[in-house]
Amino acid sequence: MAYGPHTDGDRARMLAALGIPSVDVLFDDIPPAVRAAGLRLPPALSELELVTHLRWLASRNRVDLASFLGAGVYRHHIPPVVDQVLLRGEFYTAYTPYQPEVSQGTLQTIYEYQSLLAELTGLDVVSASHYDGAAATAEAALMTCRATRRERVLVSRGVARQYREALETYFAGPNLAFDEVPLVAGGPAAGTSDLAAIERLLAAPDRPVAGIVAAQPNTLGLLEPMVEIGRLAHAAGALFVAVVEPVSLAVLAPPGAYGADIAAGEGQPLGIPPQYGGPYLGILACTDPLVRQIPGRLIGQTTDADGRRAYVMTLRAREQDIRRERAASNLCTNQALCALAAAVYLAAVGPAGLRDVAATGAARAAELEAALAGAGAPRLHGGPYLNEFAIRVPDAVAVHRRLLARGILAGIPTAELEPDDPALRDGLLVCATEVTTPDEIELFARALRDELEAGAGERPGARPAAAGEAVR
Amino acid sequence: MSVTGPKLQPSLFELSRPGRATPRIPTPPAGALDRLPAAARRATPPALPEVSEPALVRHYLNLSQLNWSVDGGFYPLGSCTMKFSPKVNEWAARLDGFAALHPLAPDEVAQGTLELLWELEELLAEISGMTAVTLQPAAGAQGELTGILMVRAYHRARGDLARTEILVPDSSHGTNPATASMAGFRTVSIPSAPDGGVDLEAFRAALGPRTAGVMITNPSTVGLFEARIVELLEMVHGVGALAYMDGANLNAILGHFRPGEAGFDVMHFNVHKTFSTPHGGGGPGAGPVGVRELLAPFLPAPRVLRGPDGRFRLERPGERPTSIGRVKSFVGNAGILVRAYAYIRAHGADGLRTVSDDAVLAANYLKHRLAGTYDIPYDRPCKHEFVASAASLKRETGVRTLDVAKRLIDKGYHPPTIYFPLIVEEGMLIEPTETESIETLDAFAAALIEIAGEARTRPDLVTGAPHTAPVRRLDEATAARQPNLRWRPTTRVGPEERS
Repeated sequence: MAYGPHTDGDRARMLAALGIPSVDVLFDDIPPAVRAAGLRLPPALSELELVTHLRWLASRNRVDLASFLGAGVYRHHIPPVVDQVLLRGEFYTAYTPYQPEVSQGTLQTIYEYQSLLAELTGLDVVSASHYDGAAATAEAALMTCRATRRERVLVSRGVARQYREALETYFAGPNLAFDEVPLVAGGPAAGTSDLAAIERLLAAPDRPVAGIVAAQPNTLGLLEPMVEIGRLAHAAGALFVAVVEPVSLAVLAPPGAYGADIAAGEGQPLGIPPQYGGPYLGILACTDPLVRQIPGRLIGQTTDADGRRAYVMTLRAREQDIRRERAASNLCTNQALCALAAAVYLAAVGPAGLRDVAATGAARAAELEAALAGAGAPRLHGGPYLNEFAIRVPDAVAVHRRLLARGILAGIPTAELEPDDPALRDGLLVCATEVTTPDEIELFARALRDELEAGAGERPGARPAAAGEAVR
Repeated sequence: MSVTGPKLQPSLFELSRPGRATPRIPTPPAGALDRLPAAARRATPPALPEVSEPALVRHYLNLSQLNWSVDGGFYPLGSCTMKFSPKVNEWAARLDGFAALHPLAPDEVAQGTLELLWELEELLAEISGMTAVTLQPAAGAQGELTGILMVRAYHRARGDLARTEILVPDSSHGTNPATASMAGFRTVSIPSAPDGGVDLEAFRAALGPRTAGVMITNPSTVGLFEARIVELLEMVHGVGALAYMDGANLNAILGHFRPGEAGFDVMHFNVHKTFSTPHGGGGPGAGPVGVRELLAPFLPAPRVLRGPDGRFRLERPGERPTSIGRVKSFVGNAGILVRAYAYIRAHGADGLRTVSDDAVLAANYLKHRLAGTYDIPYDRPCKHEFVASAASLKRETGVRTLDVAKRLIDKGYHPPTIYFPLIVEEGMLIEPTETESIETLDAFAAALIEIAGEARTRPDLVTGAPHTAPVRRLDEATAARQPNLRWRPTTRVGPEERS
């Protein structure tokens, strides 16, 4: 056993105390019919062999590309202080703060996380954390059904496809319904939620809507008419869920300001590395009146027996270990250490720093837009964006692949985001953040120009993507 | 720990002074945001704290010292497997190749992580005796939801829509019934037998054509192997229902019992319990789910696949229409799974079996040391944890389990899990794990025995505990009655303040 302390002598002492000859006796209660014969696993590795093996595996990932890939997960500069704090064993080897007297560190950091996110979102109640943006969005949609006792939700197709798929999974069990709000196909509002369609979907009198879910910015990077969507929701007696990207909230109106009842989102941009999908941070926030509907842990401030300020898990009657089958969710272990990362990140950059991160991303994105348009790939939509946008690229899947061979991760083909939307067949979704360099932008633009010119030479009839090619 | 002892800390917001900041990135060009429509812009900046890096570091270091942790000491929190988290695993997860990889990176640039995930699925399948594994769920509870949704999909695919119930023993984790509800099932709670195990007759009476599945924790939440598991599984399958195993207690039976081989249809793993990934103050974890062949078509998408050429790829959208879909954004908490993979590779088959042997030996040894001082409701060999009870002590002295737990803090230990499972009066669920030395076990037993003595001679010392922790017992009632869930910036007062 690699990390245990016991010598054979220790084991012998324990066995002697128990009066048994061998530890096997302690497994006699496993019925012989179902006793395992053993495991066929690769041989144990020494630490040196393990380190070598893991280093080799890690080296097989290419993380040296000029990357313009975002689509919900963003590269940012993470101040080294963030990880130094996470590496305090007192934080990362503690567990759920069931014993508040010896957990004030974790409890206060989560309370501060709740407070920081309340500031960012403009909503007063923030849960201690959820698994990721998709799970938080699904829980938000379920909240609207519990709070309104209605069974149907409208979800904009501007919400990331992964989120809609997770929502569909979460809705299957309780047999709740959802309808997708299409995006406007053309004109100045192209790529944003179709308000007329929302009105039509709300009009079905026998199928009342519990909530409307829309994203700001949306999955194509575009800014949505959140005020109008919220107004439509509330006029129909529905709740409004805003799916947000937290860094953008330094400069974009917060959900609380445009009437959102619930905010959900992916907290990864707040000091958490991409690490191929997780662990991330599901942000979930709501207004005060919804506090008893929100799933997940909540930390409250209180006092101890001597009147000192202290923190404790509270409103526990919503939770599974108290309420069992009547709980608001089955959530137990969540993403506490990722919430800590987000809190340290926000404190490390401060309000001006967070604004600078958002503004630099916007500036780099504008440079990227100009460079790519100059290379022959103008934007696919006309509406405003923050730091992510789609460009028009014929045969985008193939171009994306050829750029990859040149060391450029050219965002993601829009056809992979929305495989069945003809308006998105020929596009790439690209983003820039403060870590994007002018050299990378120039490299991308030059390579794209080459590819487009080569592609134009081959026309008419660009090579169609093979069935399913590179589509995820 | 500082030489003067840990101190409560002011709020991050109280440390804030206008203009304090550590520059992190170059100043952006002026006017970078001018192209955004005014209506979409934020009117007032968020009131985030403004602190220097030295103040920030001191804040968090001092806060960390208010925490009990496995790195700091013994943490016998039953059902949570608070074992040591190896440092090499932290190093591995931080390798740039793993940490910087974008989840939508094309398969050809993600071969290292994809191989690791694929291999980990194989390792977990072998350990559990299951056919296939998904790594997508973010935690055990999400694994439960994934598993029960697959049970639902299985019955529906057969056109069997009558199965609306999930049977759960009353000793189960709260997540089990909560999961059944989330998956749209009615929970039927089955009383446990007097010996703490499943009551076969009660199950027999409840099983029927409405039963979609049963959720069984094995070893059980009182730390006992389910001796009647063979009969129970036969009974479950006999009525066409499926058997889910809550794998929270897998740490006890590695190499001894493979749930899939024994007849369980689906189970989840808690990698922070069995495979040493850090508990993180309440996550992140990961909750892989293993299934037998009959549930494999319903696994969440995308799965990790290995092609005939030995290269790895993710499933494409719609490639497997029988899938229950996605439960989270991407393939799973890959950063956590790197750690679990490293742990399994460091052990091999013999090493994992020794993990369980040592965990079980330590639990039985500790139980033996405490018998005679505390009640041992189930006095037979336990697995990795056991229940002790202060019921007799309470009758004799008025001192409750809660008081004993709080007094343990004064003695330098994290309390065990208390009042769980609900079926034991004044219960303490004690799980020492395999990474605690015999000296620690002896000293912990001595402390608990000493507390029982104090309960008789100086009960106020116990009922008033803890005395040496950073704070004393908390006013939880007021916290719930008048919730204060966020800091209120003092700059915002009067009518502007939202209430």
